[in-house]
Parts: sequence; C-alpha cells; structure tokens
Amino acid sequence: MSDYIGLDAVQPGWGAQVCGLRSTGRMRRRLLDIGLVEGTWVECLGRSPGGDPSAYRIRGAVFAIRREDSADILVRNVRKGGAAWA
Amino acid sequence: MGLTKSSTGLGAADPGLVIQRRWAGDRVFALAGNPNVGKSTVFNALTGMDQHTGNWPGKTVACAQGCCLTPAGVYIMVDLPGTYSLMAHSTEEEIARNFICFGHPDGVVVVCDATCLERNLNLVLQTMEMSPNVVVCVNLMDEAERKHIKVDLELLSQRLGVPVVGTTAREGEGLGRLKAAMEQVCTRGQREPLTIPYPQPIEDAISTLEPLLVEKSGGKLPSRWLALRMLEGDRSLNGELAGCLGPEFLTDPEVLAAVEEARAELAGQGIDRGRFQDLVVETLVGRAERVCRGAVVCQDRRYADRDRKLDRLLTSRRTGYPVMLLLLACVFWLTITGANYPSQLLADGLFWVQDRLTQLFVWLHAPDWLHGALVLGVYRVLAWVVSVMLPPMAIFFPLFTLLEDAGYLPRVAYNLDKPFQRCRACGKQALCMCMGFGCNAAGVIGCRIIDSPRERLLAILTNSFVPCNGRFPTLIALIAMFFVGTAGGLGASIWSALLLTGMILLGVGATFAVTGILSRTVLKGVPSSFTLEMPPYRRPQIGRVLVRSIFDRTLFVLGRAVVVAAPAGLVIWVLANLSPGGISLLQRCADFLDPLAGLMGLDGVILLGFILGLPANEIVLPIIIMTYLAQGSILELDSIHQMRELFLANGWTWATAVSTMLFSLFHWPCATTLLTIRKETGSWKWTALSAALPTAAGVVLCMLFTGVVRLFGM
Repeated sequence: MSDYIGLDAVQPGWGAQVCGLRSTGRMRRRLLDIGLVEGTWVECLGRSPGGDPSAYRIRGAVFAIRREDSADILVRNVRKGGAAWA
Repeated sequence: MGLTKSSTGLGAADPGLVIQRRWAGDRVFALAGNPNVGKSTVFNALTGMDQHTGNWPGKTVACAQGCCLTPAGVYIMVDLPGTYSLMAHSTEEEIARNFICFGHPDGVVVVCDATCLERNLNLVLQTMEMSPNVVVCVNLMDEAERKHIKVDLELLSQRLGVPVVGTTAREGEGLGRLKAAMEQVCTRGQREPLTIPYPQPIEDAISTLEPLLVEKSGGKLPSRWLALRMLEGDRSLNGELAGCLGPEFLTDPEVLAAVEEARAELAGQGIDRGRFQDLVVETLVGRAERVCRGAVVCQDRRYADRDRKLDRLLTSRRTGYPVMLLLLACVFWLTITGANYPSQLLADGLFWVQDRLTQLFVWLHAPDWLHGALVLGVYRVLAWVVSVMLPPMAIFFPLFTLLEDAGYLPRVAYNLDKPFQRCRACGKQALCMCMGFGCNAAGVIGCRIIDSPRERLLAILTNSFVPCNGRFPTLIALIAMFFVGTAGGLGASIWSALLLTGMILLGVGATFAVTGILSRTVLKGVPSSFTLEMPPYRRPQIGRVLVRSIFDRTLFVLGRAVVVAAPAGLVIWVLANLSPGGISLLQRCADFLDPLAGLMGLDGVILLGFILGLPANEIVLPIIIMTYLAQGSILELDSIHQMRELFLANGWTWATAVSTMLFSLFHWPCATTLLTIRKETGSWKWTALSAALPTAAGVVLCMLFTGVVRLFGM
C-alpha cells in the first residue's frame, strides 16, 4: 500500500489495480457493489468532452465516474492497456 | 423516455404496488436484475405486455406487473427496478429489496447479462440470501455469442445450487425452459442453494445471533440474512421490520443486547461497522468471481473494440458535442421534412370529411347549434390536433427510440455531466431531460434515477424547460409559417431544423441556468457522487422499434390529446357562441387578457389559448385558431397557408410568432405533469414553484424580446 495513487491520475489507455477505497458511506457501497474490491483491475477508457467524468472498464462493464470520486479510489501497478485483465 | 400507458397520464401519478392475484393459487414471481440487462424484455416476453424497453440504466423506475400463463398455472410477474445490489442505497434498491423480502413472492427470477455475468452474480448471491426460490436467467445469450463469450450454464447451476437458464428474450428463445425452472423451484424440492461463507469472525457472530432471531421473528424472515443486517445496523430496514415483525422487535431488549454483544465481539477482532460492510461485499464479489471462474470463458478479448471506437466518436473532447448537435438537428430535419407532406394530406382528408359531415347535418335538417357544436367545435379541433400532431410524432418518436435502443442516451448524460456538475447537479438529469422531450410527466417520474434528493428535486423543477411532444408541433408549425415559408425545398427544411434546434438549445440552456440559480439559492448544496453505467451499444431492432413507438407512444399520446381536445373543442365552441350583450364569452376573456398579453408581444387570444391549454399543450394552437375563426371571418382552413393568412389577418407579425414560440417553450407545465410533480415531491409548494419558474422565465423573455423589437421599431 506504499506506492498507491488515486484512480483519477490514471490516464486514458492505462490500467491499474485497486488497493483500497477512501470513499465513505453510500459511494463506498456503490463502488464495492460494482466490483471495485481490492485486487480488481480497472482500465481508464477516456474522458468526457468536458474533461470530467471519465469512463472506466470494471469487470467487463463500463462506468462513468467523476474525478472527485475516482480520486478516492486508490490504485497501484499502473500499466499500459488492459493486459492484466483476466 | 419510458412512455407507455402506465408511465404517462394519470397512471403516472400512482405507481403504488398492489399485487392483483386472480386466484388464490396464482404464484407471484419477482423479476430482479442489474439495470440494463433486458429485464423488461424478459418481462414482456413472459407476459405478452408492452412495458417500454430502452438501452439505458434506470428505465424501469416503477414496478409493472403482468400475468404469465403456463401449462402448470398462472404466474403474476412483478418487474422490479434494476439494481446492482439489495443493500438499499437508493429508492429503487429499497423498492426491490422490500418486495423480495417483505412482499413474500413465491420465487425470484434474477435476470443477468451473459456478457457481464460476474458482476451480475453479486445481485444473484444477495437475492439467494433472502429467498431460497431463485431462478437465474442468463439473458442476452446471442450477444455473448457474438462477443465470443462461452457460458457453462450447467456448471453455474451446480455451483449456485439453483436453476440457471440461458435466454435470448428478444427472440423469445429459452422462455419455455425459464417457465419450467420457475415451476421447478415452486413445486419440487431442489438442490440446496449455495450458502455464502463469510470470514470466520462474522460466521461466529451470525451463529450466536441466529437462534435468538429465529425465535423472535417466528421464522417470517430468513434468519441468516436478518442476522447480517442486524449486525450491519441497516437503519433503512427499520420501518419494514417493524411492519413485518411488529414494532416491539426493534426495541426488544434481548435482541438489542445480543446484537450489541456480537458487535463488541467483532470490534474486538478489529471489525467495526465500516469494516463489516466491506467484508460482506468483498465476500460476495469474491464468491461471484469464484463461481464464474471456468464457467464463463471469454475467448476473444477484443470484443469491445467496436464500442470503444464508437465511444471515441460520440464522447471525445473534439467530436462529442458537435456529433450530439448534429444528431439532434438531423432528427428534427427528418421530422420536419417527413411530416410536411403527410400533414397536408391528412388535413385535406379530414376537412373533406368535415364537408361531408356538414352535408349530412343539412340533409338531416339538424339544428344549427348542433352542427356548430359537433362539427365546427368537436370535429374541427380533433381534425387539427390529428393532422398537426400525428405526422411529426410518428417520425420523431421512432427516430428517438432508435437512438435510445442503440444505447446513445447514457452517452448524452456522460457528455453533459460536466455542465450539470457546474450547476451542482447530476449528469443523469440529462436522461430525465431526454425523457422530457417525449412527455414531461414521464420525465418527472424518470428523475427517480437520481439518488440525491436535492439533485432529484432540481431535475423535477426544471424538467418542463425542454419542450414535450405536445409543444413540438406548435413550434414546428410556427417556424414553417413565419420563418421558412411553406414552399418547401431542401434549404428551407434545413433552415427550419436549425431554428428548431436553436429553440431546443435555448430550452437546454435555460435548464442549466435555472438549475444553477436554484442550487445556489433555495436548493443549496454540493454535487453528490455520480456513477453511471454506459451499456454496450446494441443494434436497434428497427422493425420492432417502428411498431412499438408507433403503437406504444404515438397512438397513445395522440389518444390522450384527442380525449382532451374533443371536450375542449366543445367548450370553446360554446364560449365562442354564447354572446350575452353581443360579445362572446371567449372574446370577453381575450379582451381581459389583452393588456398583459400585449406587453409580452402576444394578444389576448394567444394567452387564453395557453391558459385553456392547461389540460394538454397539444390543444393550444387549435384553441387559438378556433377563437380567431369564431370572431367572424369564416375560412376553410385546410392548409398551413390559410392558417398563416388567418394569423396575419389577426395582426400577427414575425415578432408575435417569436413571442408565441418563446412562451410555448417557457410556461406552466400541463395538468398531468403538475399532478405528477405533486406526487413525486409530495408538496404543493414545490409544485407551485415548478409552474412559477418556467412561467416567470417565459414572461420575462417575451417582454424583453418585445421591448427590444419595439425599441428598434423592427
């Protein structure tokens, strides 16, 4: 857990592995429910025309998440592309 | 825009859920599932009903129910709102959870998306904790096949211990097996459903609590599930628990003490309330992953490439907004161009019938007042409503449904989230806005997809700033009459599409402005979180879209307009022909309104049209025409040219047309929408505000515009 960053810092075309959530309350439950538990691979697919929110591929589905929320999703092992998806 | 018989009109105001069992032996099945997995399609296929379907999450916001007949008996199917979870963080989740848990269905069918099964299994596992009679319906098998995803249904069924059936509901495939599986869970004993093992400390806490809960709840609720929720301290359950087990259950000292003790035990092992919730969800997600391992095999990982290419075109920084505007303008251009000719044809036909009706009345020696009331009153208004409204609707609705079916609407919400965020609102408001294009009442109901109550209220209050289909024909007719000319031609039709797009953008702009003002004044707050699923693009089923949007929406909306227009035609004819003191009642009202209307660049008749049009916006233009006609100059109005002549003869200029269009865009919502807002907000105060906001905007804009025009003597 030492070298983690926020998911918002992951650029489109890059992916990373979830290592924890800083979010609380409802948002935390929602993120867990859509499968963002520790170890899950997340891939940033793109940003919307306004620059926010961004689209992420999570367990095969695509979700839009706002920057202030994705900043609370802590990730590591940032890598290009979705190679680790399996 | 879920526009169906049940989602608009008066049905919209009462989404209450009462199960209508025809016979005592009828079985009740709930239909649960993640948003956007084709749940409504399965529901329709099972019940033969035409619940509206669409490719965006959160479309079913109220529960629909229908009958499914099988050789073995009658099943009442209840279509629950789509949810990712049953932990109740939103209204829909609460509705779904409460029905599964406290509505005592005989079984639950959980519909899953075969292309995204692992995530869907989270809900399946949660449902299995609440009810032993679960059938898993893996839908969209055809799409999975196209994407080279293999699903081993038998292995899944073994691992879950409940029947798993593969379906392609759109094609009606697998429904027989689904019905058989429903029958099976109801009658024959089945394999033991999977019990999800939690980490040891939680298991210990459950086993200390369970015996007491079995005793206290009298076995009315699944004890393991109840133990988990009590440990979690889920307050959203309190009301339902009190209703089901009696209010004394929540304050029972024995239960409270046991829960407290178990929680203390957990806390001693480093598991506080927050950690407990995390562990529960992590266990479920982890179990879903394990159930799928080897049972769902993706043979080609590039299956989503086409979707990503489309996403780049439709949502990227450079092309996102231009493509959105272009699509909007295209839809309007096709609507205007396509509607022109059939509109004329219909008008010709219907007014030919009016002449024959007149001859019939003459031949029957019917009294003049009868002919006037029925033919010149009721029939003529009906003819106008039909010929002006039907063609644009019959083109606009299918086009819009095509975009909706393909999965474009969530992308609109994605594109527009940033501006909405600036207004401290939710991007999903864009979806409600799109529904508002169809019907503002449906749009207001659609606001339920927004989780935050403050943001939902913002969306409800501003929904009528975008024109519904009742107002589109008015706008289109006025543009055609005063700005484009009716000569036709490609240039003219493109010009009118652009003008209409401009009007819509004005409405959207006003939505942003008013939302922003509201969230900085009466509805202060910070934007809440936002997660929106963007479903895979699907090829729309063009044939079905046509049939469905014409029968489901067009004819229904038209029917509603006709039901309102016929009595309105009669009332207006009576008002126009009752003339105490030589001046008709209609004229008196119009004269009374004239000074105010004059300031806004309208005349008394136009304003009266909007006021009398309160039941439905569709009849505003017909009322105005009727009133002008009643003032003497008897014209055979069978073309848009003559309509223009009539308006010019009554003192209209291009500025009057602009003011009328502005006021049509911004005035009070129709009566149905107001009732729906009352129902959704539970408050007359908010309802009044929702009427006052657009009206104020309209009055101010009209006065400003008229002032400028008069100042410059244009």
